[in-house]
Amino acid sequence: MGGELTRMTAAGIAASVAAGDVSAVEVTRAHLDRIEAVDAGLHAFLHVAADGALRAARAVDERRAAGQPLGPLAGVPVALKDVFTTTDMPTTCGSRILAGWRPPYDATVTKRLRRAGLVILGKTNMDEFAMGSSTENSAFGPSRNPWDLRRVPGGSSGGSAAAVAAFEAPLGVGTDTGGSIRQPGAVCGIVGVKPTYGGSSRYGVVAFASSLDTPGPLARTVLDAALLHEAMSGHDPRDSTSVDAPVPPVVAAARQADVAGLRIGVVTELGGEGYQPGVTARFAEAVELLESLGAKISEVSCPHFSYALPAYYLIAPSECSSNLARFDAMRYGLRVGDDGTRSAEEVMSLTRAAGFGAEVKRRIMLGTYALSSGYYDAYYGKAQQVRTLITRDFDAAFEQVDVLISPATPTTAFPLGERVDDPMAMYLADLCTIPSDLAGNAALSVPCGLAPEDGLPVGLQIMAPVLADDRLYRVAAAVEAALDQRRGHPLLDEATGLDEEAAR
Amino acid sequence: MTPAVALVPYDEAVARYEPVIGLETHVELGTVSKMFCGCPAGFGAEPNAAVCPVCLGLPGSLPVANRAAIEYTIRIGLALNCSIASWCRFARKNYFYPDMPKDFQISQYDEPLCTDGWLDVTVDGAAFRIGIERVHLEEDTGKSLHVGGATGRIHGADYSLVDYNRAGIPLVEVVTKPVPGTGALAPLVARGYVTELREVLRALGVSDVRMEEGSLRCDVNTSLSPAGSGVWGTRTETKNVNSLRSVERAVRSEIERQAAVLDAGGRVVQETRHFQEESGLTTPGRSKEEAQDYRYFPEPDLVPVAPSAEWVEQLRATLPELPAARRARLRADWELPDADMAALGNAGALDLVEATVAAGATPAGARKWWLGELSRHANESGVELAALAVTPAQVARIAELASGALNDKLARQVLDGVLAGQGSPDEIVAARRLAVVSDDATLLAAVDAAIAANPEVATRIRAGKTAAAGALVGAVMKATRGQADAARVRELVLQRLSQP
Repeated sequence: MGGELTRMTAAGIAASVAAGDVSAVEVTRAHLDRIEAVDAGLHAFLHVAADGALRAARAVDERRAAGQPLGPLAGVPVALKDVFTTTDMPTTCGSRILAGWRPPYDATVTKRLRRAGLVILGKTNMDEFAMGSSTENSAFGPSRNPWDLRRVPGGSSGGSAAAVAAFEAPLGVGTDTGGSIRQPGAVCGIVGVKPTYGGSSRYGVVAFASSLDTPGPLARTVLDAALLHEAMSGHDPRDSTSVDAPVPPVVAAARQADVAGLRIGVVTELGGEGYQPGVTARFAEAVELLESLGAKISEVSCPHFSYALPAYYLIAPSECSSNLARFDAMRYGLRVGDDGTRSAEEVMSLTRAAGFGAEVKRRIMLGTYALSSGYYDAYYGKAQQVRTLITRDFDAAFEQVDVLISPATPTTAFPLGERVDDPMAMYLADLCTIPSDLAGNAALSVPCGLAPEDGLPVGLQIMAPVLADDRLYRVAAAVEAALDQRRGHPLLDEATGLDEEAAR
Repeated sequence: MTPAVALVPYDEAVARYEPVIGLETHVELGTVSKMFCGCPAGFGAEPNAAVCPVCLGLPGSLPVANRAAIEYTIRIGLALNCSIASWCRFARKNYFYPDMPKDFQISQYDEPLCTDGWLDVTVDGAAFRIGIERVHLEEDTGKSLHVGGATGRIHGADYSLVDYNRAGIPLVEVVTKPVPGTGALAPLVARGYVTELREVLRALGVSDVRMEEGSLRCDVNTSLSPAGSGVWGTRTETKNVNSLRSVERAVRSEIERQAAVLDAGGRVVQETRHFQEESGLTTPGRSKEEAQDYRYFPEPDLVPVAPSAEWVEQLRATLPELPAARRARLRADWELPDADMAALGNAGALDLVEATVAAGATPAGARKWWLGELSRHANESGVELAALAVTPAQVARIAELASGALNDKLARQVLDGVLAGQGSPDEIVAARRLAVVSDDATLLAAVDAAIAANPEVATRIRAGKTAAAGALVGAVMKATRGQADAARVRELVLQRLSQP
C-alpha cells in the first residue's frame, strides 16, 4: 500500500484524500517511510519533520471529516528547499554559517503551502546559498541522483529534485537563479519550472541574487507542477518585486496539452558544439515530435545569449556579495572567536572565514571586485547592459514565435566530484537556463528521454514571455503525453539507481 | 587629555583666509512606521522591542518602501526649491558595522529624489542664498552603546550594546552645495542655515527636529582658501555637532585650526573630525583618504520610485506657508522692527505671538510679554516657551488688563497666578481683589500722607528737583499695596508740590 501511495501523482493523491479513499496521514506516513528507507543513500533531506508533517496531515483529515472544503493539493506531501524560512524547522541554506538557525517567521511560499493544506515533509539539501549546480557545495554533503547514485542530482535545488525523482515526495519546491530548478529537474528526469520573475514571492527566501531568485515547482508530471505553481504563486505585498497580476492559467494549460498551430522557435545559439550527443539527439527528436503534433517550428537567433553566462557571473556574485554581508555573527548563526579578546570586526572575519564554503567565498570576492569603485562600469554596469540586450533578444524572438525551446542542459548528470575543482565546467551546466533568469521570463524543463550513451535523462527547455507561464505547460504537457504514450510507461519507471544500490 | 591644538585668533584667520562651508543634515522623519517595514518609528520603546524580521535584516526578509516617507521627502524638496526626480532608485551602501542589520544601508546614491534647490538665510541683515545639492531618503542604523573605555567610542570599550529600534527609521539627508563668500560670518551663516532648515521642516510637520534627541543631526564641512586666491582648500567634515550653538562653534574652531595649519606651511588633511562640546575644539577621526569603498549599486529588492508630475503637484498644494514668507507677512502685519522679529524667531515665539495677537492683544503687547516676563519664566524653569502653563489667550487677557484695569506690576502678579495654576487671569484678579486705585480722592489722601512723612523730599521737589518724586511715589505705592496707578500718583505728587 505504502509503495503505491508514493508512486501516485500529486493530483491523484489530492483526489483520493478528498474522496476519502486514503487519509492524508496514511499518505504522509508512506512518504516518511520511503524517506526512512532510501534517504541514507540519497541524502535529499537536511531535515525531516515527521511530527510536524503528521500534524499537518491530521489537520487536513480533520477538515475533510468536518466537511470543510479542501484545496486542490490538500494532503499532498511536499519537499521544501532549505532556503525558505520555516518557523518549525531549521533553515540553513546548506551553510555552516546558518547551521541550526530557527527563523522566527515563515516565508510567504511556506505560508501558502501550509494554508493550501500541503504537508511539508522537511527541508531539502542544496548548494550553499543556492550557489552551484550539483549540491556538492552543500556544507552537509552532496545529494545523489536517483538514476545513478554516483552522479549528482544537479543543483542548487538538487535535494528537492532528488526527493521527487526518488518518490520521497510527489512535489518539491526550489528556487531558480541561474537554472537551479530546471537543471536539477532535467538531470533527475522530472519537471522543473522557473515562473516569471516576481510571479512567486521571494519573501522569506534567503537571498542569493535578488534580481534573479525565483521560487518554483518540481514534480514528476506537468499537471502536478502546474498545481503546485498555482498554489505557491501570486502577488505578495511583502515583496516589492512581486508582480501584481493574476497567476497565469497554468493548470488549465497543462490539461489542454495541445500545441496545434503554436509557433515554436529553436534557439540557434543553444546547441551544437559542446553539447553531449545524446542530449542533441533527444532534443532533435523532441523538435520532430512537436512538429508532428502540429506546432510550427522555426529557427530563431538570439545573438546575445552567448554573453549570458559571463554577464550572469558578474550580476549574481555582485548581488550576493551584498546579500550575504549580513552573516556577520552579530545577531544569529555561527559565531567564531568571541572569547572576549577580539573586536567585533575580528569575530565577523573569523566567522565568515569558517562559516562560508569555497564557492560562496569565490562569488563574494568576485562580486565585491565587480562592484568596487573604478571597476563598476566595466563589470557590473556592462553586465547590466548585456542583460538588457538579452531581454531584447527575447522580445524580438517572441514577436516571431510563441515559445522558444532548447536543451535544458548541455549534458546529462555528471559524476560526483568531476567538476568540483573546475568552476568553469560547473558553471557551464547552466548555459541554457541563464538567459531566462537574466530576462526574467518564464521557463520550464520537461524530460524528453534518455541519452543513449549513458541512459540518463535529458531535459527539454521551453521558454515563454513574461507572464505567459501557461504556454510552458501547454507545450510540456503535450510532449509528456506523447512520450509517455510512445514509451508505454512514465520515464521514472526506468530510474533504477536506488534499486541497484539496494541490490549491492 | 586633549592634545594641544594650534589655533589662529578668529579675526586674523578670516582676514587672511576665505572660508567655504557646506552642511549635511540628517533628519529623522516623523512617519508612523519605519522606512521599509511596519514597525513603529517613534521614540521610547524598550530596546529592541520595535523590531521585526525586516528591520532586523533577518535572512529572507525584504524591504517595502514607505509611501509616506517618500511624500515627506518630496515635500521637503519642494520647500527647498528643488527639482523632483521623475524616476529614481534606492541604492545599497555596503559596509560592515554591528549596528547595521544587513551590513548595508538602503540609501540613494546617484539618483536622489530631489536635486538643485536653495534656501535663503539672513544673518545680521545680510541675505545668503544657500544652494541645496540634493535631498535623498535612506534608512537609519541601529544605535550602539559602547560600555567601558574612556571615549564612549567602540575602540577601548569593554563591550557594546546595540538597540535596533532606530534601525530602519526613515532618514532624509539634505546636502548643501559649497557655500563661499560668507567671510567672517561663516559660523553664523552655518548656524542660520540649520536654524532656517529646522523651521522649514517644522512648518512641514515632517519631523520633530530635535537636535538633542538626534532627530536632526548635522555634519559641517569647512575649508579655507587664501583670501583672494579663488582656489578652494581641502575640506574637513566635522561630526557630532548636536546643537545650533555647536554648529557655529564647530565652524569657527575649524577656521581657527585650519588657518594655523596653513600658516605653518602645512596641509589640511581631508578627514572626518569630531566636535568636542566641552573644549569647543574638533579632534581627528577617520581619514577620508583611506576611506572605504561603499560599492554602491541599485537596490534590487526595491522597484524604482517614479513620482508622476500629478503627484508632485498634489504634494506641492499641501505645502504650508513657509517660515520666510510667514515672517514677511507677520512683519508687515505687526509693524515690528526686524530686530524684534529676529528675537521672536530665535525664541521660537512666533506661533505664540501670532496666537496671542489673534486672541486680541496688540503685536507690541504680545511681543513684550512673550519676550519679557514669559521668557524669564521659561529660562528660570528651563523649559520652552510653548511648554509654559499659560495659553496665548490668557496672555492676551493679561496684556489687556495691563493696559487698562491693572498696572504692569499687578499684571505680573496675575501671570504668576496663572503659571501657578490658580486659575484664569480674571479669576485671579477677582480672588486677589487686584485693581488699580485710580480714585483721585483716595490717592490724594495717600499723597498728602507721604508728603507729611517726608518733609525733606517735599522741600527738594518744591525747589524743582522733580526727580526726587520717585521716593514719594514709592511710598504711596507701598501704602496702597501696589494697587495705585503709579503714573497718576506721580502727577498728583508734582501737582501738590508745585502749588504755591
